[in-house]
Amino acid sequence: MPAISEAAMTGGRVKGSKKAVLKRLAKYFLRYKWRVLAAFLLMIGSNLFALLGPYLTGLAIDAIALEGGPDFGAVAVYCALMAGFYVLSSVFSYVLSVLMIKLSQAIVKSMRQDVFDKILRLPVSLADRLQTGDVINRIQYDIDTVNASLSYDILQAATSVITVVGAFIGMAAASPAMLGVLLITVPIALIIAAVRSRKVRPLFRKRSAKLAALNGFSEEMLSGIKTIKAYGREQPIENKFRQKNTDAADAYYDADYFGSLIGPAVNFVNNLGTVLISTAGAFLYLYGLVSLGNISSFLLYSRRFSGPINEYANIMGEIQSALAAAERVFRLMDAPEEPKDAEGAKELSDVRGETEFENVCFSYDGEKEVIKNLSFKVLPGQTAAIVGPTGAGKTTLVNLMMRFYDPGSGRILLDGEPIDRYTRKSLRAAFTMVLQDTWLFEGTVYDNIAYGKEGAAREEVEAAAREAHVYDFVSKLPAGLYTPVTDGGVNLSKGQRQLITIARAMLSPAGMLILDEATSNVDTRTELLIRDAMAKLMRGRTCFIIAHRLSTIVNADLILVVKEGDVIESGTHKQLLENEGFYKEIYSAQFE
Amino acid sequence: MKGIFAYLSPYKLRIALGLFFKAAGTVAELALPLIMSYMIDDVAPAGNALALGLWGGVMLLAAVIALLGNVRANRMASKVARDATEHIRADLFCKTLSLSARQADGVTLPSLVSRLSSDTYNVHNMIGMMQRMGVRAPILLVGGVALTFIVDPVMALALLITVPVLTVIVILVTRRGIRLYTRLQRSSDGMVRKVRDDYSGIRVIKALSKEEYESAGFARVNERMVKDETRAGITMDITNPLMSAVLNLGMAAVVFIGAYRVAGGNSMPGDIIAFTSYFTIILNAVLAVSRIFVMLTRGGASAKRISEILDMPEELKPLPAPAGESAEEEAISDEVIAFEHVTFSYGGAPALRDVNFVLRRGESLGVIGATGSGKSTLVSLLMRFYDADEGQVRVFGKDVRRYSPEELKSKFGAVFQSDFLMAASVRENIDFERGLSDEDIRRAARYACADKFIEEHDGYEGMLTRGGANYSGGQKQRLLIARALAGKPDILVLDDSSSALDYRTDAAIRKTLLENLKDTAIVMIAQRISSVRFADKILVLEEGRAAGCGTDAELMRGCEEYRRIYASQHGEEGGGYACDK
Repeated sequence: MPAISEAAMTGGRVKGSKKAVLKRLAKYFLRYKWRVLAAFLLMIGSNLFALLGPYLTGLAIDAIALEGGPDFGAVAVYCALMAGFYVLSSVFSYVLSVLMIKLSQAIVKSMRQDVFDKILRLPVSLADRLQTGDVINRIQYDIDTVNASLSYDILQAATSVITVVGAFIGMAAASPAMLGVLLITVPIALIIAAVRSRKVRPLFRKRSAKLAALNGFSEEMLSGIKTIKAYGREQPIENKFRQKNTDAADAYYDADYFGSLIGPAVNFVNNLGTVLISTAGAFLYLYGLVSLGNISSFLLYSRRFSGPINEYANIMGEIQSALAAAERVFRLMDAPEEPKDAEGAKELSDVRGETEFENVCFSYDGEKEVIKNLSFKVLPGQTAAIVGPTGAGKTTLVNLMMRFYDPGSGRILLDGEPIDRYTRKSLRAAFTMVLQDTWLFEGTVYDNIAYGKEGAAREEVEAAAREAHVYDFVSKLPAGLYTPVTDGGVNLSKGQRQLITIARAMLSPAGMLILDEATSNVDTRTELLIRDAMAKLMRGRTCFIIAHRLSTIVNADLILVVKEGDVIESGTHKQLLENEGFYKEIYSAQFE
Repeated sequence: MKGIFAYLSPYKLRIALGLFFKAAGTVAELALPLIMSYMIDDVAPAGNALALGLWGGVMLLAAVIALLGNVRANRMASKVARDATEHIRADLFCKTLSLSARQADGVTLPSLVSRLSSDTYNVHNMIGMMQRMGVRAPILLVGGVALTFIVDPVMALALLITVPVLTVIVILVTRRGIRLYTRLQRSSDGMVRKVRDDYSGIRVIKALSKEEYESAGFARVNERMVKDETRAGITMDITNPLMSAVLNLGMAAVVFIGAYRVAGGNSMPGDIIAFTSYFTIILNAVLAVSRIFVMLTRGGASAKRISEILDMPEELKPLPAPAGESAEEEAISDEVIAFEHVTFSYGGAPALRDVNFVLRRGESLGVIGATGSGKSTLVSLLMRFYDADEGQVRVFGKDVRRYSPEELKSKFGAVFQSDFLMAASVRENIDFERGLSDEDIRRAARYACADKFIEEHDGYEGMLTRGGANYSGGQKQRLLIARALAGKPDILVLDDSSSALDYRTDAAIRKTLLENLKDTAIVMIAQRISSVRFADKILVLEEGRAAGCGTDAELMRGCEEYRRIYASQHGEEGGGYACDK
């Protein structure tokens, strides 16, 4: 199925203008409004104290440079005040960053949880199309980007404003004439900022894109390394890599070429400021228009003044990418969910298992019909085997019965009632299933089995493990049932994983069973164990089996031969063989 | 690390020149406050406006030199970093492709990928930054401190005291920070694992109504991550406030001491102002040094990981032809494949034990056995992904170790279990960089029963998504079979390449292959007896041993394991899922 586009996820609406995104972010902030307020007060305090420093330095230098020699008392007072304010400013700024970290972490935490809960509520139809990597990207990198921006950039931006305004006032107080001289450098700083955002940032974007392309290529090719070697195709692949490598290296250099201008240029503006102020200051001092202390304060303020202006473009860029990331996160949060249960839907309990498909049609994409006008009926306690070529719509039947998808037209009845009259939860609880992809999660074998039933007692889990022959192999392991299952269950063989999922299904009290048989990747001994466990699992349940094994097909009460979305033949094994139709054909194919 | 430096040696001259420019620019920058204090203390009191203007010009000149020197140096550094990294990365990629399967197994694929991507990135940054800041920061730091001593040694001492304090802070915080970030990385991995796990099992979760349980599980992972991140952040964020506090306290001390120095006639007020400028420079330099430190640790670790791969010995080299054996001798042999007492292990228990068989011209081979019985290992040895521990593997009468890799591989067309499809067009996937003719590609697709669905899908130019996710399992296997056929190989190896095909398609493909590829030796590896029973010779593997070898009829008579497999697949023994209702 094709990967899903951004627009399709929100049903075609491209919403989330910058303003809307900001509003939603603000909502998260508002949950912690007192902390936000405290953070702002601390920030203002910290900056004001830091801005007092240069002023006091100036006063101290003036007290030193008195005609009759330094006024030690005054100098001591100024220095002590200076030390005090600086320390206080540092303390404030640290308390502030701790506060901001905690605040942003609290926000990030609830965002992550919101996204995760949303993922669990996504309809399977959407989850099938949305790539895992995409979802992980959103919950990890995107939220991290938002986080970095929350804890740093916003603070930085607000601080910058205060610093620039404060430094400007400080300079104006120290010497308006020198301020006039310094302002010459402001346009230069602005030009640098403009160059940076217009010229350099696109280059950095290009750099990231080329690098991503290169890394994607090498990852893909390395995953096929065996095949490349088998065909001896190293050389052409290497040539392709070289091309992408050169592209990436050049893009990197292009970005660096302009990027490396920025640092020295910013320094130059600072130095130019120093030059202008020194020269102007010396002149003014020469004519007695300014005191030494004023020059000193002014110099210190000027350094603070130019910093934020140079950083401005950078911070704005960061905030923009954070907003884009937030938008991607919110898009996922806004994706449609499984529709609510119908009004007055009832709880399905004590299911008998009578299942009927009535003229069911279904299509995944609205174009190609996967199920066409399908009708059949299975009686309670029967075993129905569904056979047919790949792509005939076998798995779709399961999707429809469990209501992972709803049919386009027609009805599916369970115990005489359409299945959409039941609550989804109770409908699904009526089924237990063993699927081809044996899904095991990180945890012990015990956890994985116990997953089948809420609050299962230890004895029950152990009994299921014994019944399904899980004991046969875990008893050889030192930790027994408590052996951890690692990533995707790779430390267990396919057959063993299947036995565990059978044990899980056994634990469930559900009266209906869906079995998507695995293809034959299992050794003979395990095969026999699985067969035995399956037989136990099927006992007393109404079963739907997507069959690959002959043994299953032969013994089924009802065989549905599905081809191109339609049941073309149905009956028992014997009836179908006598029928001399498609079934006979596929059945005999295996003996050819 | 040493290996990486070798990549820099061609650029020695360029690096040296760049560093010279850098040093020049940095020194010019350092001179600024010095000139300024001279202007205020000496030139201004003398009332010489012309001299003031002149010195102002000198300062401007110094600022311009600083700008030009730094830009020039940075650009040269970028160029060196680009060229060196491009070489490193290309060599690393080629080396990675040439690793033996055993070497690659040892390193693991994800690790190889991250060495190629994030490690080369780190090294790139390190090479660039070392040149850009590696000289500048020390010059600024040492020069700044030295100049303060020239201006006023006593005041400089007050400043100097702060330097060790700052260094200790940087070291302590960085050390703790690295530990905390490693831990954070781990809990982040845990979170990703949880999301990946649940996302792939969403059907099971929904079927069992486990949403709340999973949500609570995620909350725990989330909590741990938030805790680790908070701790790391709180630790790292102390650096800046603490360092500025220490430096600013030092500055207050300098002003205070300065008062006494001025009173004693040992210093001038302008010196104090110069001092405040040096303070800013030194503060920035200390911060830069701490960044260089982090960068070096990180880049160094990455460089080591890259060198590890580059320094791996070349394995699976072709053996020289033994003296006295002529080419004709090989040519007369009619054996296509021969295994002679072959034993092999991946490191633990042997995967193949003393396997013997010969496949002659015109014969086809079927291999059957349970998972883990050694079927795929057989192919790996045949195609020399690994060398046998004992015994000999021969192809067309010649030891596989004596072929050049290209020559050996050119004899095969192969489909492996979970084989590889690229995000490229159908044609490119079948062609697989071999430059085959259109005719060959279409014929191969036809033989593999893939032509129909290719036309129905998007034709030969239709694009596959990554891993071929937009084609069904059975379709993917048929594309792979087409790829294997397209090169008209002498030996066609199909390892479990029909598992996703239904019986009918499987049989149809087998039929076309047997009819059309009369000159090709077919090696079919499968778990379904129906897939291999056509073969002239069937090898039955059981736990790495050959449990039998012969035709279907012979094996049914004489091989117990074969009969057992047959019975389990044809439901005559045990009776399938006997539902006792």
